[in-house]
Amino acid sequence: MAVAGVSLANERHPANVIYNKIHLRYPVKVYPVNPKGGVFKRDRVYRGVDEIPGPVDLAVIAVRADLVPETLSQCIRKGAGGAVIISGGFAESGRADLQERITAMAREANFPFIGPNCLGIYSPGQFDTFFLPGERLVRPNPGNVGFVSQSGGVLVDQMVKFTEQGLGLSLAVSIGNKALIREIDLLRHLAADPGTRVIAFYVEGFGRNEGRAFVEQAAAIKKPVVVLKAGKTAEGSRAVGSHTASLAGDYRVFSDVLAQHGIVEAHSEFELTCFCESLSHYPRGIEGNVGVVTVSGGHGAIACDICAGLGLRVPRLSEALKDEIRANLSANIRDIASLENPVDLTGSAVDEDFVAALTALSRTPEVDSVLLLLLPYSPGISSDLGARLSYVHQQDGKPLVAYVPHVEKYRILIEGFELNDVPVASSIDGAAFMVEAMRRCRPC
Amino acid sequence: MLSAEAEKIIEAARPRGWVLEPEALRLLETAGVPVPRFTWARSLSEALEVAAGIGYPVVAKVVSPQIMHKSDVQGVQPGIANEGSLAEVYERFTRLLGFEGVVIAEMLSGQELIIGAKVDFQFGPVILLGVGGTAVEIYKDTATRMAPLQAADVPSMLGCLRGHRLFTGHRGVAAVNLAQLTEMALRFSDLVMALGDRIDSIDLNPVFCSPQRCVVADARIVLASDLK
Repeated sequence: MAVAGVSLANERHPANVIYNKIHLRYPVKVYPVNPKGGVFKRDRVYRGVDEIPGPVDLAVIAVRADLVPETLSQCIRKGAGGAVIISGGFAESGRADLQERITAMAREANFPFIGPNCLGIYSPGQFDTFFLPGERLVRPNPGNVGFVSQSGGVLVDQMVKFTEQGLGLSLAVSIGNKALIREIDLLRHLAADPGTRVIAFYVEGFGRNEGRAFVEQAAAIKKPVVVLKAGKTAEGSRAVGSHTASLAGDYRVFSDVLAQHGIVEAHSEFELTCFCESLSHYPRGIEGNVGVVTVSGGHGAIACDICAGLGLRVPRLSEALKDEIRANLSANIRDIASLENPVDLTGSAVDEDFVAALTALSRTPEVDSVLLLLLPYSPGISSDLGARLSYVHQQDGKPLVAYVPHVEKYRILIEGFELNDVPVASSIDGAAFMVEAMRRCRPC
Repeated sequence: MLSAEAEKIIEAARPRGWVLEPEALRLLETAGVPVPRFTWARSLSEALEVAAGIGYPVVAKVVSPQIMHKSDVQGVQPGIANEGSLAEVYERFTRLLGFEGVVIAEMLSGQELIIGAKVDFQFGPVILLGVGGTAVEIYKDTATRMAPLQAADVPSMLGCLRGHRLFTGHRGVAAVNLAQLTEMALRFSDLVMALGDRIDSIDLNPVFCSPQRCVVADARIVLASDLK
């Protein structure tokens, strides 16, 4: 990797931050580049990317905007694999001409670059081009969510949220001004990447007719696509002659067209995190008939309210199904458990009662998903329950999401689920959103 | 492909930027979208003759290149029962700005829908379906899909409306004819795709839908601004 713009005087220069982290913490050979040459940290500084002796897979360009064209042509001459242009000072600050110039150069040479005005690429364990010191970043583990963001700030913040949820990344890319490589290119790339199961985007807006190409591509691939859109309220600002132009505002069209194509729209960072977690386990759509299992009537009622508000159904269970569950319950709760939906096993339930309820709900066509509200302070629940219920889930494969309060002493329960491929939410809302993700993951 | 007549109508409307109602209805007719029996009458005697041919009651609507929203100036009169009433309405319309005659059309009944289209910057042509009538902007109860529509989109769009039960049968009112509504929406979607960038937006509002048939009662076609 070449890092162009490394300063011999300013240790906090973005290029220095990138050089340092690559040099010290990643399995990558890195070359500092500065037209003045010299020696930096006992390493030779090259005067141009094209002076580097070895092959260059990626050049990170963090020089002043007006020097970017020259650095880019060095990369092209060198035959580098591609570039990330960190530098700002292009279309975002009135220099659309400069941006067009570098884009035309790259197109002509068939040379790919990300940016300009971006953070670039975060590839867990491999490399990153973020000019943010490693000790300041929250770094998600390798995982199977690919995330592409028009905003670098949103990307970094979302990495914090993903980490809190224990969600790993396959690749995260901040595309900045997206002069050359745009959302649809990364959609194609991540669709073909075997390490990515869910593809998430933060989008501010598409170019003319670009949204059409994007949704058609997203609908054609097999992986779930999640989109968080900002700038929802700019609609309706122009004078319009027809009702349709006024009613079908820009955001309204965006939202409806996404749903039409089975692309999952997230309305907040929290939804985005829950949706990515859920769909990384269960990448297919459901109708949204939820079986709720609880030990607390109140939790069941809250969950039902949230589900109803989202458009999920919590259907009454048939008498036959209730009889089947009741027959397998332990004697001391058989007569006090409420087997309507929610299935309320009461605070006297033991592990076997959860197994009985989940087994029946996993096998019936009456529900297509199960939301489990697990309150570990209930005395009959053992620390093995997470793993045991995960095994029940694996028998039939029906999507199961669990709510377990996220405090350290319940960690073994949570890991019992998570290490066995069942997502766990830290709130009832979060668990409901995880089910909702699957409902939105089918064309409306 | 746009028919030659449709091309001619669009061309003629260019300087104005939007298509007069009788021309818009004719354009829809060429595309196979059902419209009522109607005639653009330029005199009272012609209006009376046309109304007699259609049979009372009829609806009269002002035609004026200066009036895009006719209801806003009381330029629409439904339920005209006889010659006397028609003459009175005609006289009143002649005093409206830019008067160029009236549309006399058969009275329609059924549930009111809006079917619309616009060329969206990000997604190209999109089709909208919703609760119609003069209060569309108050209810704002609509669903949008990227064109071209598939047959399955029409029931799905109806299902997305808060007021979907207006159209699926409620309190003694029978459900609308879904097959006809679907057919109309698909014909309209084909027309919108053929018109492409030539339009800014189209309102078919109201579309009257009954258990028997679905018919466009009024249409507004706004051309793309670079064609004005």
